[in-house]
Amino acid sequence: MSAWAGNPWAGFLLRRLGRLAVSLAVLVTLAFGMIHLIPGDPVRAALGVTAPPDLVDARREALGLNDPIGVQYVDYVRSLFSGDLGISMTSGVPVSETIGQRLPATASLAVAAFVVVMLAAIPLGLAMAVLTRGGRRRGAELGFTSTSAVVAAIPEFLLAVGLVFVFGVTLGWFPVAGRSHAASYVLPVVALALGPALLMARIVRVEALAVMDEDFVRTARAKRLPPLRVYLRHVFPNALTSTLTIGGLLLSGMIVGTVLVENVFAWPGMGMTIVSSILAKDYPVVQGIVLVYGAAVLLVNLVVDVLLAVADPRSTIREG
Amino acid sequence: MGRDQWRAALRNPVGAVAAGLLVVLAILAVVAPILWGDAAEETDPAALSQGSTSEHPLGTDALGRDIMLRVLVATRYSLGLALLATAICVVAGVLLGVLPAVLGRRAGRLVTAAVNLAVAFPGLLLALFFAVIFGVGARGAVLAIGLAGAPSFARLVQTNVAAVAGRDYVAAARVAGVGRFRLVARHLLPNIGEPLVVNATVMAGTALLAFAGLSFLGLGVQPPAYDWGRLLGEGLDRIYINPAAALAPGVAVVVAGLAFTLLGESIAQVVGVRAVRRRRPPAADEPAAALARAAAEPDAVLVADDLRVGFPAPGGGWTHPVDGVGLTVRRGETVGIVGESGSGKSLTALAVAQLAPDSAHVTAQRLEVAGVAPLGRADAEVRELLGTKVAMVFQDPMTSFNPSMRVGRQLAEVTRVHERQGRRAALARAVDRLRTVRVPAPERRAHQYPHEFSGGMRQRAMIAMGLMSTPELIIADEPTTALDVTVQRQVLRLLEDVQAETGAAVVLISHDIAVVGQLCERVVVMYAGRVVEELPVGRLGAAAHPYTRALLASVPDLATDRDRPLATIPGRPPDPADRPEGCAFAPRCEFADDACRVRPGLAAVAPDQRAACWHPRTQPLDLALDAVPGGSCDTDRRWGAEGPPEPSVQGVGRLERVRDPLHDPTSDRGAGGQA
Repeated sequence: MSAWAGNPWAGFLLRRLGRLAVSLAVLVTLAFGMIHLIPGDPVRAALGVTAPPDLVDARREALGLNDPIGVQYVDYVRSLFSGDLGISMTSGVPVSETIGQRLPATASLAVAAFVVVMLAAIPLGLAMAVLTRGGRRRGAELGFTSTSAVVAAIPEFLLAVGLVFVFGVTLGWFPVAGRSHAASYVLPVVALALGPALLMARIVRVEALAVMDEDFVRTARAKRLPPLRVYLRHVFPNALTSTLTIGGLLLSGMIVGTVLVENVFAWPGMGMTIVSSILAKDYPVVQGIVLVYGAAVLLVNLVVDVLLAVADPRSTIREG
Repeated sequence: MGRDQWRAALRNPVGAVAAGLLVVLAILAVVAPILWGDAAEETDPAALSQGSTSEHPLGTDALGRDIMLRVLVATRYSLGLALLATAICVVAGVLLGVLPAVLGRRAGRLVTAAVNLAVAFPGLLLALFFAVIFGVGARGAVLAIGLAGAPSFARLVQTNVAAVAGRDYVAAARVAGVGRFRLVARHLLPNIGEPLVVNATVMAGTALLAFAGLSFLGLGVQPPAYDWGRLLGEGLDRIYINPAAALAPGVAVVVAGLAFTLLGESIAQVVGVRAVRRRRPPAADEPAAALARAAAEPDAVLVADDLRVGFPAPGGGWTHPVDGVGLTVRRGETVGIVGESGSGKSLTALAVAQLAPDSAHVTAQRLEVAGVAPLGRADAEVRELLGTKVAMVFQDPMTSFNPSMRVGRQLAEVTRVHERQGRRAALARAVDRLRTVRVPAPERRAHQYPHEFSGGMRQRAMIAMGLMSTPELIIADEPTTALDVTVQRQVLRLLEDVQAETGAAVVLISHDIAVVGQLCERVVVMYAGRVVEELPVGRLGAAAHPYTRALLASVPDLATDRDRPLATIPGRPPDPADRPEGCAFAPRCEFADDACRVRPGLAAVAPDQRAACWHPRTQPLDLALDAVPGGSCDTDRRWGAEGPPEPSVQGVGRLERVRDPLHDPTSDRGAGGQA
């Protein structure tokens, strides 16, 4: 016990996991509440006005909607723990099965895009910082900042349409729909990664420039270290904190951004499913997918916080 | 203020273009449905799903309706729905944002926690969630996008409220018993209006894009109504037949979204003015009438002749904070450079060590450091040649270590890079050097981060870093300024020991002539970027330049009458951009006359003593600072056990402690532009 109390890491992790638990509980409650917040009878809405009343009633009974709300909530949480996310109102397939089929396509898209963002943005941002330090190369600086600002402001689905037009319709280089071999990944990943990569490169550049003005970089130069070592060992690690924070935000954004991109490229992931389910008022499926997206975002936030604590040996883990 | 900012934002080219686009869009939103509303609904069975024709420049849709007209007419709906969503977002955000200030502490904290949790989720996920609740359609989408944006807007309001809530007038209002609601309405919100307007503008752009997204997915506007997102979705299905049907609404969304975003950002940017531009270095000055210094100093580790450091001036041209300094340091010698803040002493040291900021332009008639002439050489060559010959000890040990790297590794790095030693051998040497500078438990300390060191220990570690190999020259720039008095003394002693052991020459830079008097053999006095006097420490009592004498007079000692204000030097040092002709000290000098309108050169006033003054003083000073030749450091005897007296008047005796913005390399921060 005392060993635990004395270790700032244990305290930090406990606090952080506690926060994750609270957030997850709120998420589950909201997903549960969603169906009850819909005005009118969700089952009637899903089955249409022409459905016979006894069919609606039977479906309500099957979904447990006739139970008291407290009982429904307990049942919902209990079945969540056993991996049961309910059954689709339209297809009758278990929601967990649908998600199991669709999740890999979405996850591979988001992860690939994130990797591309990191691999492109960090070197680009550092290189731009080095090139434009101390007010050098104003032209390059202006070109970079304005281009990246404009491109990063264009939402991914519009970029996607532009990419489809240029590389699919006009040049015919890449397939524009479906998920098959590696080439089918190119356009969706680029559409998803381009804006965040430029945004990230801007942040890395500004942070690196700020670090380059720090006294300890002058110390490193006084040690006559080769520039590459100065940039990689002394500048970059100290620009990492904000890079990580932004990286986490971008990743959560990209996970959800897949919804739009999947719909442009007919990508068989959760994004296609959630949109068609919302349109079909298939609420159990919507509920399940919202839970998965939400949980993914919360997990990303947790990982970022832990990485931040590892990267910054100073204060992070001591504060709450 | 607000109006000025809008006006300034419009003068900025980006802001002007964005505002112009918005005006055009607003006119279209009003006019287009009146002019073309009916025509855009007209179906043409003879022209279904056509590409571009003379009749339909952007082609037709599946029912034969003209795409161009539909895109134009959709302006009203698209903009209107986006603005409606923005209004919901702003109202909900402001309400949520000020709630913590109105509610009690506990309820307020709950609201803040809820907002923080909601902000963690991407807006699109929230929008999908709300779209399920409010149902598919324009009304549901407006509510969904408005509410999805509310948490981040609320967070912004909270941050701004928190910043204002701490101010005096809010506290005063609270003490005066102003009610919570009145406080929010009259004192808090009006004072955070500007950032909120800027962000609401950006928010409108975001809402427009988000709305297009929902409509594109089929969750927003439902047929027969149409907005850009809807048109885009319909057009995408036929992109192979008629790309314009997808591209035109897409371009409209991007242009409108960017117009809002860029307008907001250019308003926000107007506040921050861009930093100095980099300019071509000035043409070489007239061959300065520098004194023909004895070039033959066979044992010199540092020779600088007519050293100048220039920076681009804000109004054009160049300023020279260091303006023709001559300096020679012999092997093993200890030289002090003193002067007020702004005299150019630190910048001289940085320039000599080839560490001047990037924007600085360094020239000299002659510059030799440890046998190397660095000027005009490539950076890599200078690095190779100087290697570890010059060690630097900087003013602020707190900021001069890399916070994310263990101290031992920072020291070992020197050996690893320059002597290509292995990690373990280098670390062993680092531990050894830490022991040399009397850091206790050096093995353990080497594995700690700089923030785990005390200030004095950090400065000693900095000195140890310089000792990782054998430097010929140690430049210590205000090494004791950031430390308290007892630690100052330890660090000075350490420098003295190091100097005695290694035989390295030491250049000690200080604003405090007493510190220099303790450690150094020779004193160089700088004023306004030039050397005004050079003399052995033993002759400080016979200082000839009025400025040197004023510096000495401002040092308090035990005999100083504490009831009288300490002696000060009237006036301020001149701005480097605006130095007087002739002697720069003349405006502050009681002996100045017409002769001082011509700049005096350094001239011998006694053996080993030179002063740049037309009226050198000859009367000996009654010096409390009993500096002994050879620089024996005996602070204890002079000040007794209690240390030096407290400086009783600010800015006196110690002169200014603030770092000089001209020398401070951090002052060109911000050249980087905004994220």
